[in-house]
Amino acid sequence: MKEGVARFWREIPQRYNFIGNVCSSCDRVFFPPREACPYCRRKSMGKMKETKLSGRGEVVTYTVIHVGPEDFEEQVPYPIAIIQLVEGPRITGQIVDCEPDDVRIGMKVESTFRKIQQDGHTGAIYYGYKFKKAK
Amino acid sequence: MRDVAVIGVGLTKFGELWDRSFRQLIAEAGSKAILDAGIEGKDIDAMYIGSMSSGRFIDQEHVGALVAEVSGFSHLHIPATRVEGACASGGLAIREGYLSIASGMHDVVVIGGIEKMNDVGGTAATETLATAADQEWEAFFGATFPGIYAMIATRHMHEYGTTREELAQVAVKNHANGALNPYAQYQSPISLESVLKATMVAYPLGLMDCSPVSDGAASIVLCAVDKAKKFTDKLVRIVASGQASDTLALHARRDICTLDATVHASRMAYKQAKITPKDVDFAEVHDCFTIAEICAVEDLGFMEKGQGGKAVQQGITTLNGSLPVNTSGGLKAKGHPVGATGVAQVVEATLQLRGDAGKRQVADAKRGLTHNVGGSGATCVVHILEAM
Repeated sequence: MKEGVARFWREIPQRYNFIGNVCSSCDRVFFPPREACPYCRRKSMGKMKETKLSGRGEVVTYTVIHVGPEDFEEQVPYPIAIIQLVEGPRITGQIVDCEPDDVRIGMKVESTFRKIQQDGHTGAIYYGYKFKKAK
Repeated sequence: MRDVAVIGVGLTKFGELWDRSFRQLIAEAGSKAILDAGIEGKDIDAMYIGSMSSGRFIDQEHVGALVAEVSGFSHLHIPATRVEGACASGGLAIREGYLSIASGMHDVVVIGGIEKMNDVGGTAATETLATAADQEWEAFFGATFPGIYAMIATRHMHEYGTTREELAQVAVKNHANGALNPYAQYQSPISLESVLKATMVAYPLGLMDCSPVSDGAASIVLCAVDKAKKFTDKLVRIVASGQASDTLALHARRDICTLDATVHASRMAYKQAKITPKDVDFAEVHDCFTIAEICAVEDLGFMEKGQGGKAVQQGITTLNGSLPVNTSGGLKAKGHPVGATGVAQVVEATLQLRGDAGKRQVADAKRGLTHNVGGSGATCVVHILEAM
């Protein structure tokens, strides 16, 4: 599914630089940033502050995709995991720079900046985070 | 609140129906339900249509009015509303109809559920299904819909020791049931070995762990119990309707292995029906993937968390087990035309409670539960039905 350029551009702070936000009422961290904290709700309105996440975390669960969407067909088989970030939020991303079968629950990972998709051969290239085994 | 009953049901065959259009399918299911109920067009107060993505599958939105038109009711100007909640669209349409009668606003409501998925190619169908997931934070990064359920399975195997054989056994059981259902997409039994050896789609889920891409439609007629006698005496009462929501993305939920929306929707329904899970005689659950049935029997309260795999291995959920699950063949074998699925589940429950389920009839079926999920668990609708 192709995203319009503006739609991608709006998410650049999150996808390039891991910008989330924190609720100044309860200190919970959110990624992607939320308009309001689901725990504090109205108390958090206008009090959500931007914060940069480290991109470090560990694998909570994973799969290896063998039948991929059109834009990812050339990459199969590729692992996708849910990562528990050290700051608290969980996110979904690809695991790279390892054999697909090497991914394990509990594996420590760190983010790496990569190409995610491209609109055809000449279209816009969409970048974002993937994860690799932590050093 | 007024009591509401299902007074008519209709179903098309599910499958790759190359010679049938969206319009033909929904008209067939609807007219069967209307004839079964003994009502006429002039009796219908409203229609609710469940369809996940007619826009992407057949390039046609605005299908509420379209369904009224192809059913021959355009000149009656019946209020017709399309309801969407991904794969739970059909269940949501039933709930809207139920609420409209329970509230006293309507007496007779026709519900339709439809998806015509094979008019686009396999890749387009897969990508359309992925729109039920979080497009920005799951699908964008290459997560497919089977991949998201596969991540539930990997974690379930890790936490509870669930095995690929237990997952596969769900498919074997549901195909055995589908073999007894003349409307099912697949009507032949399969072996455990064939499931385990099938092409991998998203580890640990192979092709035979996944429900198929299907065309099909289902319809039911709902009526206020106190107005139903003039039409029919075949009443199946809806004693409870529960619904709940959760985050679109799997990663943002409280627990990877629990569909909290299922927990909440079912608890809401049990409370309304004043029953516990033990009082349910059979269930139609949302087995879009084999792992989904394992989670469903746990989250609906039939089994302890982590024991869903054992339920199928020990034969508890087979047709002659103590809690038959997916007697219709489920989404796995009956087929999964997404918008039709939630309605087809209530069709099966109604047939069982009337004693009209033929070779797959559950003995002494008095109370059934239907469980319809949207996405990987962001929407859940549960209905409980009783024989009258």
